[in-house]
Amino acid sequence: MEPIVEHSGGVIGASWLMIAFPLASAAILLLGGRRTNAWGHLLGVFAPVASFVVAVMCFLQPSGRYDVGLYDFIPGVAKVGLLIDPLSITFALLITGVGSLIHIYSIGYMAHDPERRRFFAYLNLFVAAMLLLVLADNYLVLFLGWEGVGLASYLLIGFWQFKPTAATAAKKAFVVNRVGDFGFLVGLFTIFATFGTFAFGPVFDNAAKASNGTLTAIGIMLLIGACGKSAQLPLQSWLLDAMEGPTPVSALIHAATMVTAGVYLVVRSGAAFFPEGATASLIVTIVGVATLLAGAIIGTAKDDIKKALAGSTMSQIGYMMLAAGLGPAGYAFAIAHLLTHGFFKADLFLGAGSVMHAMKDEVNMRRYGALRALMPVTFITFFIGYLAIIGFPLLSGYFTKDGIIETAMDSNAILGWLAVIGAGITGFYMSRVVFMTFFGSKRWADDVHPHESPSVMTWPLIILSIGSIFLGGYLILSNRLMVYLGPAVGLPEALPQFHPFSPTGLATLALVALGAAIAWVRYGSAEVPQVAPRGSFLTTFARRDLYGDALNEALLMRPGQWLTRLAVWFDNKGVDGVVNGLAAGIGGSSGRLRRIQTGFVRSYALSIFVGAAVLVGAWYVVGNL
Amino acid sequence: MNYWLSLLMAVPAVGAAGVAFIRRDRTAKVATLVISLVTLALTVAMTVQFSPHGDTFQFQEKYDWIPALGIHWAVGVDGIALVLILLSAILVPIVVLASWWDAEEGKRSVRTYFALLLALEAMMIGVFAATDVFLFYVFFEAMLIPMYFMIGSYGGAQRSYAAVKFLLYSLFGGLLMLVAVIALYSLAGKNSFLFTDLIGVIKEPGAQRWLFLGFFIAFAIKAPLVPFHTWLPDAAAQAPAGAAVLLVGVLDKVGTFGMLRFCLELFPEASRWATPVVIALSVIGIIYGAILAIGQTDIKRLIAYTSISHFGFISLGVFALTSQAQTGATLYMVNHGFSTGALFLIAGMLISRRGSQYIADFGGVQKVAPILAGTFLIAGLSGLSMPGLSPFVSEFMVVNGSFQRYAVPTIIATSAVVLAAVYILWMYQRTMNGPTVEGVRELTDLNVREKWVVGPLIALLLVFGFYPKPLIDVITHGVNEAQISIQYTNPAPAVPVAKEGS
Amino acid sequence: MTTHYLVLSALLFAIGGVGVLVRRNAIVVFMCVELMLNACNLAFVTFARQHGNLDGQVIAFFVMIVAAAEVVVGLAIIVTIFRTRRSASVDDANLLKY
Repeated sequence: MEPIVEHSGGVIGASWLMIAFPLASAAILLLGGRRTNAWGHLLGVFAPVASFVVAVMCFLQPSGRYDVGLYDFIPGVAKVGLLIDPLSITFALLITGVGSLIHIYSIGYMAHDPERRRFFAYLNLFVAAMLLLVLADNYLVLFLGWEGVGLASYLLIGFWQFKPTAATAAKKAFVVNRVGDFGFLVGLFTIFATFGTFAFGPVFDNAAKASNGTLTAIGIMLLIGACGKSAQLPLQSWLLDAMEGPTPVSALIHAATMVTAGVYLVVRSGAAFFPEGATASLIVTIVGVATLLAGAIIGTAKDDIKKALAGSTMSQIGYMMLAAGLGPAGYAFAIAHLLTHGFFKADLFLGAGSVMHAMKDEVNMRRYGALRALMPVTFITFFIGYLAIIGFPLLSGYFTKDGIIETAMDSNAILGWLAVIGAGITGFYMSRVVFMTFFGSKRWADDVHPHESPSVMTWPLIILSIGSIFLGGYLILSNRLMVYLGPAVGLPEALPQFHPFSPTGLATLALVALGAAIAWVRYGSAEVPQVAPRGSFLTTFARRDLYGDALNEALLMRPGQWLTRLAVWFDNKGVDGVVNGLAAGIGGSSGRLRRIQTGFVRSYALSIFVGAAVLVGAWYVVGNL
Repeated sequence: MNYWLSLLMAVPAVGAAGVAFIRRDRTAKVATLVISLVTLALTVAMTVQFSPHGDTFQFQEKYDWIPALGIHWAVGVDGIALVLILLSAILVPIVVLASWWDAEEGKRSVRTYFALLLALEAMMIGVFAATDVFLFYVFFEAMLIPMYFMIGSYGGAQRSYAAVKFLLYSLFGGLLMLVAVIALYSLAGKNSFLFTDLIGVIKEPGAQRWLFLGFFIAFAIKAPLVPFHTWLPDAAAQAPAGAAVLLVGVLDKVGTFGMLRFCLELFPEASRWATPVVIALSVIGIIYGAILAIGQTDIKRLIAYTSISHFGFISLGVFALTSQAQTGATLYMVNHGFSTGALFLIAGMLISRRGSQYIADFGGVQKVAPILAGTFLIAGLSGLSMPGLSPFVSEFMVVNGSFQRYAVPTIIATSAVVLAAVYILWMYQRTMNGPTVEGVRELTDLNVREKWVVGPLIALLLVFGFYPKPLIDVITHGVNEAQISIQYTNPAPAVPVAKEGS
Repeated sequence: MTTHYLVLSALLFAIGGVGVLVRRNAIVVFMCVELMLNACNLAFVTFARQHGNLDGQVIAFFVMIVAAAEVVVGLAIIVTIFRTRRSASVDDANLLKY
């Protein structure tokens, strides 16, 4: 790994503009109000494009690790600064590149929404926060971006807030993410307690001096944060509900960029807190494999096209996590898969959005069917994305997923085979989506008239599908990405060689083909019922998201509600009761005591005399003692 | 010798007397606004002259008041007091503007309400500026009077109950403190109530502990810490929104300010002795307040309980005895004022429009009043310490600083970030999201006056959220001085990094 | 030699005290109070004689003046009460109670 050098001026010194453009745009659109309705979407698109230009200019600079200090944030704790290195530039290109395409697509998708301006403001806010996340040069500023994307995600999931389901989903996403943030925060405290700083440079340089237990603790805490943001087990439950948001949001935030932030965090911290073979790294791989299987299984049973794709997203991020836990050998594959996934999953989601647009926002695939002729562009681009994700030879996913599986196999055969099985399930559920949507017979209602989407929506699809075809090969062949990222994340001892059709690769392809064949038999050639059949225990298990929500409800929500009610009761009757009881006691006894005041002068006089007599008597007695 | 602080108190005090005699309500309101703005301008002018590297106490004034007893009119500010005075001076004009139509249906006249506001401002400045313990006590108790009338005469349906409860609780604490003040004076035997004369005088541990308790319980009631908290939800829920802001935003800060200034600096050993209990109470308060906030059905009570949770963070930071945590705690006092201020005021606007403060009576406000909902969301996010808004900086400094010394309690306290998300967002969802319910459809959005109320607060939250350095620099000055008199050292990192790289 | 005066004083005081306690007519109660005051005066004067200084006599003068002032105020109150209530009984004026 190269040391980080301080840098100012030049193109790199102006890298903060990347964040400034979308942030300023979001501010203008939110403060400007209805006045900006007419041109808001144009400004909203301009901002990420401008950021993309800055990112490309930074990318074209000589490669290195530059630290651009901006200003003192919390004196003695952290400064705001940007780290421009191959890893962050790669992310910045993905975020602004795919982000710009999705912004453009949104012009068409949200054309009929009266709140389109607000939508673009939130999207810009998201882009700014996400860029801050990946460009930050210390953990605290990273956390700032981390929470910023969480906020943007909350706002965008709940964009149609008048729908109670959307509002609930938004809140759920935020709260579950906060559980992850709790872990992240504890990790931050431990980092500060150990190193006295949050800055990446000093922390990474000195990590080796800290005790193993500390490093493992930090690693696990950061992983909890990563699990929340990247919808990994056990904090995965929010992602499926998050599909309540508009589809471009699902594509940008809940597929291409934000949910990969956890992978970024693990890779960025990899050298320090997730070294190859460490306990924390092992846990990362286990989480990754568990999630890739869980997501895939959920994907097999969903009839909602977006939820099927969301299960797939979980699963694919599981692959990235798995790779990120494998040390320097896996980092490049994790990032490569992240990039190609960013393209093909955005392509798939936007394709799904295009279908929904045509189908009056119907999301149930059982009401689709035979759309390939009516929506040719959407179909072809969606199909390319489909081939890429299942790992069809020579398309993007083939190279990157295969790389992950091979690396996992080298490290641990169990992990490797589980990843292969996951690929097989991917073949099944993605084929199911394609067959149910574009093949078979028409199953839609009479008043729906499917049509191809406007070109402002199809062009982003075309560009994304081109990326889905070529990007993987470009990144993996001759280890381009690995060498490029090397200075930032470290290189493995030996660069891997790409073997087309290795035994593992062939096994994977065979399983994928099998999965696709089963899908064809059940959903391609056979008639798909419009109402979901009850299905076996396993189907229900997958449909109910592996009972994740039921578990959360039984373990957390119910006891939580019970505890809340108990606490309210205790505070009113217990704590306040003691105080009010005391007040009532004093009031009551004085109420009794005041009866002595009879109003009769003679009784007062008598008590004075008796009192005087007692005093004199007492004095007399005491005096004679 | 200069007269800054006396002037700062004199302007609102004289103003209060003047406003009380203005016949026309509108003139009285405008006069109040102008006077509070003048005070703000003077405060800002003074703040600019404050030197972060200068003496402990600046702008000092000292005159004999009751020479026979060694009581002085002695005022002066360190960094901690300065930011709190600034907070008070900023909040008052905002509250005046927000309370424009709040006093019309009170038991007393409109001009009285605004005169009370100004009188309260003078006392708030005095209580933070006093460097004579007796003078501090006088302001500490005198502040109750205007607040009592503001709650009792202009509040909601249960106002009398709430006002009396508030008064009795505070008086109880105040009396304990009075005993401690007199005992401190006589034990010190210096015939002086000056703060600087009393530092480090009481050496005997037993005496220190009793005196500490006398002061601490008064401050714990004021702050309020669990289990002395039950007056706050009643008082805040019954008080008019503006008074609730000053009550929770400033008056309660006197408690935590007092802990930092008086408990720690006057009785360092006793503070160390009490620290485990205080930390435990703080952590309990953080979690307990948050859980209770989740269970509330009344918007204002909910906000009051969130404040109890936040005060737990402040006292945790004060007693963690690291300079980062103490700086964070002081910053928290300021930021919490802005954050809760915004929440209470916007909630007040919401409540006055609908005529109900029950969450169940709302729903779908976002659709009819988007600006109201948007500002409420921002204020709410500041309540859950969203990064980018200023409370995050202070909360982070508190927990990060406390973790260095008390890891396990801090981890427990940090779990409140999840609870905070639940109570704020759930309230937001129930009031603002979903289908617009009956009775909400006719709600109007914020008018110009209300935008001027909310705008400055949100701007402050954002500016100090991204650039808290100016405030932190000033506070650090005060905290460092306090650190010297308490004599603690910050825990060093396990792996010291030679030079910070970023 | 002065014992008789003190005995008389004690007797007068006791008579006054009993009168205050048992009589209901406000005027009589009032007279009894005066009787007690004068018993005290007698004791003061006696003690002044016994000790050979004038302190007791001075205090007796004070008491007389206070008593005079008291009579003025007290009688005025009694007369007013009598006018409004048509009664001089102290038991009828019992409104000032719990």
